Amino acid sequence: MRKVAINSIYELAKRDPRVVFIGSDLGAGVLEAMRCEMPDRFFMEGVTEQAIIGIAAGLAMEGYVPYINTIATFLTRRCFEQLAVDVCMHHLPVRLIASGGGAVYAPLGPTHMALDDFALLRTLPGMTVVAPCDAPEMARTMDASLDVDGPLYVRIAKGGDPVISRADLPFALGRAVVLEAPGEVLFVGTGVMTTRALDARALLAERGVRAGVVHAHTVKPLDVETIAAAAARVQLVVTVEEHFRNGGLGTAVAESFADRGMTTPLVRCGFSDAYSYDFGSQEHVLEVAGLDPAGLAATVMAALSTCAQAVPVGA
Amino acid sequence: MTSTAELDGRSIALRGRIVDALEGGRRGHVGASLSLVEIIRVLYDDVLQLRPQEPRWRDRDRCILSKGHGCLTLYALLAERGFFDPDELLRQCTPGALLGGHPDTRVPGVEASTGALGHGLAIGVGLALAARMQGRSSRTFVVMGDGEINEGSVWEAALSASKHGLASLTAIIDYNKLQSYGKVSEVLPLEPLADKWRAFGFGVREVDGHDVVALRQALGAVPFAAGRPSLLIAHTVKGRGIAAAEGDPAWHHKASVDAKLVAQLRAALAERVHA
Repeated sequence: MRKVAINSIYELAKRDPRVVFIGSDLGAGVLEAMRCEMPDRFFMEGVTEQAIIGIAAGLAMEGYVPYINTIATFLTRRCFEQLAVDVCMHHLPVRLIASGGGAVYAPLGPTHMALDDFALLRTLPGMTVVAPCDAPEMARTMDASLDVDGPLYVRIAKGGDPVISRADLPFALGRAVVLEAPGEVLFVGTGVMTTRALDARALLAERGVRAGVVHAHTVKPLDVETIAAAAARVQLVVTVEEHFRNGGLGTAVAESFADRGMTTPLVRCGFSDAYSYDFGSQEHVLEVAGLDPAGLAATVMAALSTCAQAVPVGA
Repeated sequence: MTSTAELDGRSIALRGRIVDALEGGRRGHVGASLSLVEIIRVLYDDVLQLRPQEPRWRDRDRCILSKGHGCLTLYALLAERGFFDPDELLRQCTPGALLGGHPDTRVPGVEASTGALGHGLAIGVGLALAARMQGRSSRTFVVMGDGEINEGSVWEAALSASKHGLASLTAIIDYNKLQSYGKVSEVLPLEPLADKWRAFGFGVREVDGHDVVALRQALGAVPFAAGRPSLLIAHTVKGRGIAAAEGDPAWHHKASVDAKLVAQLRAALAERVHA
């Protein structure tokens, strides 16, 4: 997925002279072809995320579309004020291509785990926030990225992710995709967690529970219409994200339900409100957090049981 | 270096505009605006290539007031240059007004929205890179405060400006020696300031920041070193022009400017005229 995202920048640069690339001391050889072919539009700056965002803003003010790549935590937390002031207050077409979103860097500890990126960037007016689920969807996202109005944040997952997106379904940023029709349960996932939701759906089917899956690749603006329509007749909605439970997709869905007066039971699956010092693999920390398919299925069964108890006698 | 320059009629009249805005908005960064007057005056009167009737003219010089809290001075010059109706000054910081307590790009002539400190130089690097890439002769000027350059982002941007050899980029420091709490030398010492910027790869000059002739001469001589960005340290006096405010950190910002204070400010400027 990362390779697709980064190579897409080069492809976009070939077809649009407004595209420039800015990296922050990335690994050796990144986009070497672009550096050689169009050195005036390739910038490899130092470990200076604050300045990089300002520089990108200046370039964007003059008509360029800067694509910036570095590790997600540094591209969000470190330069948050620059994102707000330099980019969002000016509503500039800066593209933030964030490597290692979610728990990809779990072995490196909480300084490198981007479990708050949705929450942070969701608060910025005009910012679009996208978490593709696999490489083909990343390609579609990058292809659509040039024309996004204002700033855009794209979260890159680990890579080698199973392909679950479907070329036969329409793709548009801001539009959620119904991958499986809702049953008693509806999963709303984003990023690679939609894959886990699909796997959890299969486990639930074995237990006689039908679950639908909506993939919200765009966390902001959230496709409230599609999610609310899919949630209309289910007993339980379960949001699934590789993110703190606070502030991300689940919070966005909860807000949208509250705004609409929807009282459908909602369970938000994500990481608890604590920094993780469990240096295992991404899969390990997902499992510990109950975000693996088995954990999600168990959460659903427990929640359905609670929902059933809450149903009034005779209803 | 300390400032010994006298203020001429235009400098005093511009300060009168600032008092107009203070009276209208009943608040503002007094000291930080007054130290800036001659720097902004010389930029907008003598240095910047601009078209007030065409604020987004492609080949204009870009100027960012990175110390956005000095905006009353910028507003005064933009109004005088015809970017907007000077009566807007009388409405600054009031509901529905064009002019706020920090500059934003809704205001004709304002190149970048600022207010949070340490942002302008990096944006300026981007603007200067763009000018080079687009083959424009536009120059970029960024005006910063001395307290502002406490921000690490300024030094990050300085590294990039130097790396890219941005000779069309000039940064100016309004070195009034006072930040919000007190003396720069006590809050966070900057000296040796010129040496720091030289070490970062800038061509550096120092000037009396209230001496319009010296400022014209210095800003007319950029770049100070071939192939390098320039840094002008303008030695100024916070609150310059209002005797009671000069060098007093209590005048950094006034949140409740009443009629009595306005009268005091006008009287102080009148004394300058008659001096």
